[in-house]
Amino acid sequence: MVAKSIISRPVYGTLSPQPGKHHLFIADAEGALAIAEIAERAPPGFFDDSEIVFIPGPDGKHIAALEALKPAQFHQAPSFASLLPRLRQTLANAHMGLRLYLSGTEGLIGQAMQVALEAGIDHTSIQTEHRGSLARRMQCVHCKGITENVTTQPATCAHCGLLLLVRDHYSRRIAAFQGVCINAEDRSEIPPMEEAFP
Amino acid sequence: MSTGTTKLDVVVSDVVPVNDLVTRFHFRRRDGELLPTFSGGAHVVVEMRDGERTRLNPYSLMGSPLDTREYTISVRRDDVGRGGSLFMHRNVRPGLEMVVSYPVNLFSLDRRARKHLMLAGGIGITPFMAQTAQLAAEGGNFELHYTCRTASLGTYADVLRERYDRRVRLYHDDLDERIELDRLLSTQPLGTHLYVCGPAGMINWVRDRAASLGWPAETVHFEHFAAPQPGLPFDVTLAVSGKTIRVDEQQSLLEAIEAAGVDPPYLCRGGVCGQCETNVVSYDGKFIHNDHWLSEEDHRSGCKIMPCVSRFEGRSLVLER
Repeated sequence: MVAKSIISRPVYGTLSPQPGKHHLFIADAEGALAIAEIAERAPPGFFDDSEIVFIPGPDGKHIAALEALKPAQFHQAPSFASLLPRLRQTLANAHMGLRLYLSGTEGLIGQAMQVALEAGIDHTSIQTEHRGSLARRMQCVHCKGITENVTTQPATCAHCGLLLLVRDHYSRRIAAFQGVCINAEDRSEIPPMEEAFP
Repeated sequence: MSTGTTKLDVVVSDVVPVNDLVTRFHFRRRDGELLPTFSGGAHVVVEMRDGERTRLNPYSLMGSPLDTREYTISVRRDDVGRGGSLFMHRNVRPGLEMVVSYPVNLFSLDRRARKHLMLAGGIGITPFMAQTAQLAAEGGNFELHYTCRTASLGTYADVLRERYDRRVRLYHDDLDERIELDRLLSTQPLGTHLYVCGPAGMINWVRDRAASLGWPAETVHFEHFAAPQPGLPFDVTLAVSGKTIRVDEQQSLLEAIEAAGVDPPYLCRGGVCGQCETNVVSYDGKFIHNDHWLSEEDHRSGCKIMPCVSRFEGRSLVLER
């Protein structure tokens, strides 16, 4: 569960069926469970107008459960990067009445929302539900490099190597948390690194 | 006391009859300076001094936001209303000195929209006159669907067609032309925002269909100034100022409170902005809520009232004012 801290830190809800003409679900790993649960609350025929795009976790689970919902389209992708062109194309051709549902890790929700914002969807119009890992996408404020799947506090920037404090300060525009050098005064000072975002 | 609004001393620079029902009024500053900047969708509250009585009515600014030498409003004559529009039509002549509020925008364009879809009904066209001018100047993507009773009552339909050609679509009630609303709403590109201004029935219909067809609430914008409805006179006790006042048949509760020398905050005076929201201390009777501000839950609770447009019938009403 994600706790509220500062105002820019995203909070997530529980997916709920919205009125609409088309329903686009994007999920990774355990995010599939959120879709399976919305199916229990959805009106009959809801998935006839739905498309599910799913990035299975390393264990490859939940695929059959999603297929069993019989969405109009079901698409699997190995990574978010690999589904990006398809997602951009879908949104570019979409009409008002398309509703977007994002479930799974924060990285997935954030990056899919970033693409949706570029396509003109307001972030408050998007249904989100956090499931699975708390790993963060982090941007180093010093070199601007993005480090994926950050689980520790502090964390090392994968680009410039600085030791960064992972803040709750979040940018929807770049879909990342902010990382700020934790020992700028004295680099020899190395605070202990702890598992903070399992 | 109008919240955050300073008054502008203006002079009527022109009065132009537009058709059988609508007249346009132009205002300039008495000191010859430019008027404050506004954005498309903004309104001003016009003070009408009619003998003993002062009426305060909101009207959308319809000129181009790029030209602040003057403000223009268009007023539709309402022969059975409370008299504000009749006063404008009968008493306001070029050269008359008047006072208007600073502009306030409760119906602004969402600049993040990829496209602006506008639906106007009747005199609800006025905010769109300013919005289309603003968007056209910056190359914005818009489409205007305008329903009017007859061609001769299609206020500014000719001007809009001439300015924007095919981006304006007209529908005439007398020719039985109707917006194919569901088709229109279902074929808009993602990122479109919807704006609707017109009679309450039209606004409700459009909002309802948009919600059913999957338009998120934050993409649907509407404006309807409710004119205060006349009704039975009633007595009100103002608990904070320790006064008991009577609200006359033709008076709004807000006007009666002001007449007693109490200055509640207000902006739109049409049940839209929320500024004059007032807590109810106690009551014995029933509320006649006419606003678009409070939720249905608030209406049922009996704890709040919008004195600009809502009334009361019953034995006693005590307000926190």
